[in-house]
Amino acid sequence: MTDLKGGMIPRDWRHQPPAFTPDYKSSRLRSPKLPKLSMPSTPSEDSGPVFTREILGPLDDDLTLNHAAPGEMAIGPRIIVHGQVKDEMGRGVPGALLEIWQANAGGRYRHKNDGYLAPLDPNFGGCGRAITDDEGGYRFHTVLPGPYPWPNGANDWRPAHIHFSVFGQSFAQRLVTQMYFEGDPLIWRCPIVATIPDRAAIERLIAPLDMAATVPFDARAYRFDLLLRGRHASPFENRPEGL
Amino acid sequence: MKLHETASQTVGPYVHIGCMPNAIGLHDVYPEDLGARMRGESTEGQKITIEGIIRDGAGAPLTDALVEIWQADARGRYGADGSGFTGWGRAAADAQSGVWRFETIKPGAVEAMAPHITFWIAARGINMALHTRMYFPEDETLQASDPVLAGFVPAPRRNTLIAQKTADFMYQFNIHLQGSEETVFFDV
Repeated sequence: MTDLKGGMIPRDWRHQPPAFTPDYKSSRLRSPKLPKLSMPSTPSEDSGPVFTREILGPLDDDLTLNHAAPGEMAIGPRIIVHGQVKDEMGRGVPGALLEIWQANAGGRYRHKNDGYLAPLDPNFGGCGRAITDDEGGYRFHTVLPGPYPWPNGANDWRPAHIHFSVFGQSFAQRLVTQMYFEGDPLIWRCPIVATIPDRAAIERLIAPLDMAATVPFDARAYRFDLLLRGRHASPFENRPEGL
Repeated sequence: MKLHETASQTVGPYVHIGCMPNAIGLHDVYPEDLGARMRGESTEGQKITIEGIIRDGAGAPLTDALVEIWQADARGRYGADGSGFTGWGRAAADAQSGVWRFETIKPGAVEAMAPHITFWIAARGINMALHTRMYFPEDETLQASDPVLAGFVPAPRRNTLIAQKTADFMYQFNIHLQGSEETVFFDV
């Protein structure tokens, strides 16, 4: 039997939501009941798919334009969402694929299952993607998504949010999360936000207004950094941990 | 100083908008969905089909799940090989039946690990996407010394990670989130 070396630093679960979070009703029947089996990562998780800029269209990172008719734009407050993808050691992660999706400014998704009263915007598709630069940086142009009601409790509203899907360099770094906006009073009332047990971990999902990156007379900016799991720096550091 | 990994949040019910718009009929965003094609005409190895259903604790199929797989090529190597083989696939569960499907090739053994495919499952109600693995029913001998299957998975639960062969080159891998057949999920 091969000794598994484990290229990934074991995950710190204190900052992650547990599977069973009954106040978020959908988790009740979709949460595994048995504990996850811990094991060191293997080449199957240390490796991962590589995405190159050739897959990107010229407007993939601009949701105000990427679904708009010629000469038109999505409706809503214009914003820039930018930041850096890093690992737990603080190193920038270049070449990370980010895919985002969101509701329009009225809080409506362009999805056949979303029947909210707010109207669709024919010039807004609601998705975009980007690949991080050499330092791990990324930037999207979009419109501020609206909050919306959802069937969970009697009167639950999602805070305004943007969904992020991230690929780092290892499949074990794969991450999906949601970004919230500074000052939104719905954040602390949301059962999905509350699945995260650690307040500091929630605060890291709240993007602050970034006046320095704001474009005057054009768009406000919000800063959102994403932290992926760390990988051991060199093969010499590879040790089975937590065994 | 070690920083903290960003907290995960569920993908919610509308993950397709961002990750597989073509799969729900939104054909005007990306020319094709990423991960929809895993192999090329000249890709080496046995072409296979893998399909399955993910079921919740009440036995109901997840019709809104996103499934991703990551696997080695026929020689047990990870990464694109220039033939159109990517090693990575993504599929949306069917909105009615919950069936997801991959057209791929059978991977080779990776080091001492028997041929296997890594699965990543995200859906509404799943706060942090789940990692599991699929092995092939015909590789029993290699599996007996597989460092993960034999080394970490308790014997009574190993069968939850082994697909069933339903026809030539067709495999079925059903995933159970809860219940007596709960699939093994990994903290890896």
